[in-house]
Amino acid sequence: MEQIPASIWTLTAGVVVTLISFWVGQNHGLFPEQASEQAPLVDNLFDIMMTIATALFLVVQGAIIYFVVRYRRRKGDEGDGIPVDGNLPLEAFWTAIPAAIVIFLGIYSVDIFLRMGGLNPGDHTSHTMGHKQGVAVVAQAPQGTTSDVPMLLAAKGDIDVGIGASPDVLGQQPDVAVKVTGMQYAWIFNYPNYGITAGELHIPVGKDVQLDLNASDVIHSFWVPQFRLKQDAIPGITTELRFKATKPGTYPVVCAELCGGYHGAMRTRVIAHTPEEFDEWLSQNQVASGPESTDFTPPSLVAAHLDATGINPQLLAQVQNEQAEAMPNDRHHHHSMH
Amino acid sequence: MAQAQLLDKPFQEPPEHPKAWKWYDYFTFNVDHKVIGIQYLVTAFIFYLIGGLMAVAMRTELATAESDFIDPNLYNAFLTNHGTIMIFLWIVPAAIGGFGNYLVPLMVGARDMAFPRLNALAFWLNPPAGALLLGSFFFGGAQAGWTSYPPLSTITANTAQSMWILAIVFVGTSSIMGSVNFIVTIWKMKIPSMRWDQLPLFCWATLATSLLALVSTPVLAAGLILLLFDINFGTSFFKPDAGGNVVIYQHLFWFYSHPAVYLMILPIFGIMSEVIPVQARKPIFGYWAIAYSSLAICLVGLFVWVHHMFTSGTPPWMRMFFTISTLIVAVPTGVKIFSWVATLWGGKIRLNSAMLFSVGLLSMFVIGGLSGVTLGTPPVDIHVHDTYYVVAHFHYVLFGGSVFGLYAGIYHWFPKMTGRMLNEPLGITHFVLTLIGTNLTFLPMHELGLKGMPRRVAMYDPQFEAVNVICTIGAFVLAFSIIPFLINVIWSWNKGKKAGDNPWGGLSLEWTTSSPPLIENWEVLPIVTKGPYDFGMEQRAVMERKEDEEEYEYDDDEDEYEDEDDL
Repeated sequence: MEQIPASIWTLTAGVVVTLISFWVGQNHGLFPEQASEQAPLVDNLFDIMMTIATALFLVVQGAIIYFVVRYRRRKGDEGDGIPVDGNLPLEAFWTAIPAAIVIFLGIYSVDIFLRMGGLNPGDHTSHTMGHKQGVAVVAQAPQGTTSDVPMLLAAKGDIDVGIGASPDVLGQQPDVAVKVTGMQYAWIFNYPNYGITAGELHIPVGKDVQLDLNASDVIHSFWVPQFRLKQDAIPGITTELRFKATKPGTYPVVCAELCGGYHGAMRTRVIAHTPEEFDEWLSQNQVASGPESTDFTPPSLVAAHLDATGINPQLLAQVQNEQAEAMPNDRHHHHSMH
Repeated sequence: MAQAQLLDKPFQEPPEHPKAWKWYDYFTFNVDHKVIGIQYLVTAFIFYLIGGLMAVAMRTELATAESDFIDPNLYNAFLTNHGTIMIFLWIVPAAIGGFGNYLVPLMVGARDMAFPRLNALAFWLNPPAGALLLGSFFFGGAQAGWTSYPPLSTITANTAQSMWILAIVFVGTSSIMGSVNFIVTIWKMKIPSMRWDQLPLFCWATLATSLLALVSTPVLAAGLILLLFDINFGTSFFKPDAGGNVVIYQHLFWFYSHPAVYLMILPIFGIMSEVIPVQARKPIFGYWAIAYSSLAICLVGLFVWVHHMFTSGTPPWMRMFFTISTLIVAVPTGVKIFSWVATLWGGKIRLNSAMLFSVGLLSMFVIGGLSGVTLGTPPVDIHVHDTYYVVAHFHYVLFGGSVFGLYAGIYHWFPKMTGRMLNEPLGITHFVLTLIGTNLTFLPMHELGLKGMPRRVAMYDPQFEAVNVICTIGAFVLAFSIIPFLINVIWSWNKGKKAGDNPWGGLSLEWTTSSPPLIENWEVLPIVTKGPYDFGMEQRAVMERKEDEEEYEYDDDEDEYEDEDDL
């Protein structure tokens, strides 16, 4: 008779814990708005983990509190507890269940990562400019050589780290390509196809945008919380961040890697335009400034610390020159904006 | 002195030295493992207070969005040294150096560590390391964070950065010396009457920790020395403009520094496995599961470092491999947690300060562990990497985990170390303040990180100000929580209630000697007759005998055993 209420209690507790966990997983409200194609994918994975975590926390915490209250030592009782020191089926159970959960989470997160484009960085380069360089080098190599050094040298410029093309745009050129340079304490955005350099990132919504990230001094990290995307900008290595913005608006660009005293002030904005507005912005800036000039205004937060940042026209010019040298002329993108 | 020689010595022989050390012995190059243990604990605690003051200064700065309390460069020096001191001069030395040195020889029935002089040398590398870190403030302070990624670390405050590197190399050397000593002591000096399954779990944890430290620490030392060369001698291992690669440093650094997390938490897990059974009056649940899970964490822990680099320069295959290995670590950790919770079941739990800090640790560590799982998956990690979410996670693990565990250990073994009890009301006040302070400080940080606040910033977007104020208030509560503890320790050490040899009724060997233990630990070496966690075993023996004698049936007075079926 006494076993029945216990199992009903367990069942009820299980149902309550499950309901609470699902509710928390769906309603935690911890994320900022979703503004990229990748954001819902990340949020879904997090919500699932939040559900599992809430359930585990409630079960473990509930057990701790229940045991501590129920089995607390009563006054004057100096005896020992129940001499149980193991239970093989129970131990197998609580090893197998977490193992199954983490394996599921591992597979699911790799799947999400694939859909985000995390497994295809460097996709466009290997199909176009990288390929072209490779052909040239192979043509020069003497017949019968076994050295792979030329191939390695040719491959050196290729981008193979970051977030690349998501499966739906695999093998395609991006719609917009931007060279991004991180420097203490500003982001500089260069549109090589339009000759525009800016201190804020302008992109069209719904188009496939590719950022090629670099850093001129120390490591920086490009993060747009609303896009759920982050990629380090590393001196000496070009990294890639490819995404589609889904919602027009203005979002913060944050540097997430400690880059010096004013690291916290290294902030700017990304403005996601409708394609029409973006074209307007492009034409205005091209007309107004011409292909060689600079439309760089330090973001207001950095401006407050401009003395400390050391950004001056000479430095800007230098960065631009470096970018111009690094930018191969054979990079023709489909300008399929319209 | 080898144990064999000690055993040969006739026990009746009067000791040639005093039975206890004088206060000034604690300030000398003493080779007694108990003196060294207390030297480690006290020194580490002083550094904890210094690191804590830096944290309070930083939280004060962060009460407002603007940088208006301390200079941003000084802020970075504080955050670098706060992290470095808390990890390298507080948690690791206190857990392994302090508790390890004090307890391991006592627990395995040895008179000292295998290499007493090496042990003393290992301790005395710590004060100069601390002096180097604090001295670096006269040269601007190292500002590149406790990770000290180049190129930032090669271009800011070079002298201070070099001092920082030397300090870490000192503590790393100390850690390697200590590890060798622990492995040999446990392996070779365990008293012959003790079977391996009677070895206290703290010793298993120390063994696993030492093996891990021995494998990983030299890699960090190598990375740091290359960095030192880059800064001072014109080499270019990590200089991108001269053919170097900045990402290689990250690999070398994290190959040690992720396992360092386990160096910090494994000995604490060992402390939990000692405190919980004794205070709950129960045999530990799943002895071998806990012992093997320490070794499993030690092994798998070596293959998880790249999850710190998911947003850095790592190729995709690496992210996949390290996702799986990082997530797998959760399994042995979970086994430990479940085993401790199961140990509580059916106990007669003394809710004293040691036990409260232990169950507090379990609660905090579950939160830290679960957020750790989210960080093991690249999609979520990419969003929250280098944000306050990560700060929240590792403070739940390292403050809610390691520091709670260190406190639990202090409340549990203080009577053994000093011969006096700590005051319970003060201890419970300490626990309550610490629990409130921890959650108030670190819980809101999860939201800060997810919403978009990066870490290591002296100035931030004003939208985050309200939540930061809560965190800052929490930090002040945490700082304040130390006061009852300090009063308690200082007062009780001098005037506290006499403890007796075994105030908690523990069964491991350290409780068989006097409190505080004699020099060389025992007049006559003990003989192990039962396991360290055999609580209630007489009861079980009686029960089993009854079972043999008659057909098994419950008597009225054995009602409580029915609960066993629930498990």
